[in-house]
Amino acid sequence: MEKYDIVIIGGGPAGLAAAVSARKNGIDSILILERDKELGGILNQCIHNGFGLHTFKEELTGPEYAQRFISQAQELDIAYKLNTMVMDISHDKIVTAMNREDGLFEIQAKAVILAMGCRERARGALNIPGFRPAGIYSAGTAQRLVNMEGYMPGREVVILGSGDIGLIMARRMTLEGAKVKVVSELMPYSGGLKRNIVQCLDDYGIPLKLSHTVVDIKGKERVEGVTIAEVDGKGKPIPGTEEFYSCDTLLLSVGLIPENELSGKMGVEMNPVTSGPKVNESLETNIEGVFACGNVLHVHDLVDFVSEEAAAAGKNAALYVKGEEAEAADGREIILRPVEGVRYTVPGTIHTARMDDTLTVRFRVGGVYKNCYVSVYFDEERVIHRRRQVVAPGEMEEVKLTKEQLLQYPDLKTVTFKIEDE
Amino acid sequence: MAIGMETRNLICINCPMGCPLTVEMDGRTVVRVSGNTCKRGETYAHKEVTNPTRIVTSTVRVVDGASDMVSVKTKEDIPKGMIFDCVKALQGMQVTAPIHIGDVVVADVAGTGVDVVATKNVERRP
Repeated sequence: MEKYDIVIIGGGPAGLAAAVSARKNGIDSILILERDKELGGILNQCIHNGFGLHTFKEELTGPEYAQRFISQAQELDIAYKLNTMVMDISHDKIVTAMNREDGLFEIQAKAVILAMGCRERARGALNIPGFRPAGIYSAGTAQRLVNMEGYMPGREVVILGSGDIGLIMARRMTLEGAKVKVVSELMPYSGGLKRNIVQCLDDYGIPLKLSHTVVDIKGKERVEGVTIAEVDGKGKPIPGTEEFYSCDTLLLSVGLIPENELSGKMGVEMNPVTSGPKVNESLETNIEGVFACGNVLHVHDLVDFVSEEAAAAGKNAALYVKGEEAEAADGREIILRPVEGVRYTVPGTIHTARMDDTLTVRFRVGGVYKNCYVSVYFDEERVIHRRRQVVAPGEMEEVKLTKEQLLQYPDLKTVTFKIEDE
Repeated sequence: MAIGMETRNLICINCPMGCPLTVEMDGRTVVRVSGNTCKRGETYAHKEVTNPTRIVTSTVRVVDGASDMVSVKTKEDIPKGMIFDCVKALQGMQVTAPIHIGDVVVADVAGTGVDVVATKNVERRP
């Protein structure tokens, strides 16, 4: 059986950044396994700009951002296999994969980095009534068809859900000559970034209807139209508010789900809120030597932060392989507790002995809060109290904790994150 | 507030931070920009209220390439009103592989003085 120090599952932005970081931290034996025919993952179909301001201080498109990391990985001579599907990872880190050249094969890894990304929530998860005609696509599928295959999925479009991919596709389809009639969002706020509402909808006069959903799809062979209705506070359609839109295409941009079938099967503990693994300060799962980063861990808005997170996972995996990972000392583990408006935190636990000087804790809020405070309590004491004009579920938040700060509280058991009015 | 003073609220689109900007204007002159967290925000606000511009991204067909399409962008931002002319100029275009990031696909697109360049490497089909 072939052996590698670190096997990385997925060659998208997270896998690439983790590989580059692991190599820079002294690991020679690294293998990336990628199921697509090229590296770069979903960035290859994200041809719009706005990537990389954080990482490279310039504004890049998705493929350009991916190429920066692909070039780095190639210069560092990192091995990868394309067109390769990972079938299984055992608890002992034996990776079973297959491709056309090697057939079915096994690799023994000392450490595994999970970087499989996420996939889109589909119509089946939404319970929309109506027929099942052609013309219903997830926004990402439409994005792949238009940007990579060169096909237009339709001419008259309605979009359900205001996730970023849906907003980006509203603009893209409009530029390619389609008429995007409306974007309907079930929630009273958009799930996408504000900048995308401005430059993808407002710029083109595409209406965004908040608290509206699709209640019927008309058409037997091909979509002929959809009925949209307003919903009440509980998400139930309000009778009498129905409006019919004729269209040949319905795009769904209704959420992303981390792709964790492999993780679950190998015994990685999951956080039900993120649908990603539970991790500690090292981004290590409950299985020693198995790390997670990027959208498989929790869905991000910015690839820049994926790269940053993945670099940390790569470094920690390198330390683990070299046996340099600090002992968790007295075994003291600080629990991070999200309450009152904060839905989750990544990581979920901290061993202070293992953490770097600063640790970025990322989280999402459960609703839109204006003129609020992001507060962090060390047990009962409030130590961080940061005023924010607005926080929203569509935009990930972060707080940096320092080791120095945490060490000042030797008996600290719980760090609580919440949103407060004052 | 003096006569002719006006405030406009914008969302900065330079990066995904999406800073909420407030632009105070006296007629057509920008008096003050606030809410931005970097210099780009201020530049954006000035442009957006006087001459709004956008980077345009699209795709072009590739002949003999490992991929059928290559992604492209305007090298710099172009006036908002020129977006559709720019996209129209790209329709039906074909380029032949190999093509590399930064290669000019259309020079001076739609008379904007801005080139459209490739944003992906597409090698020849093996």
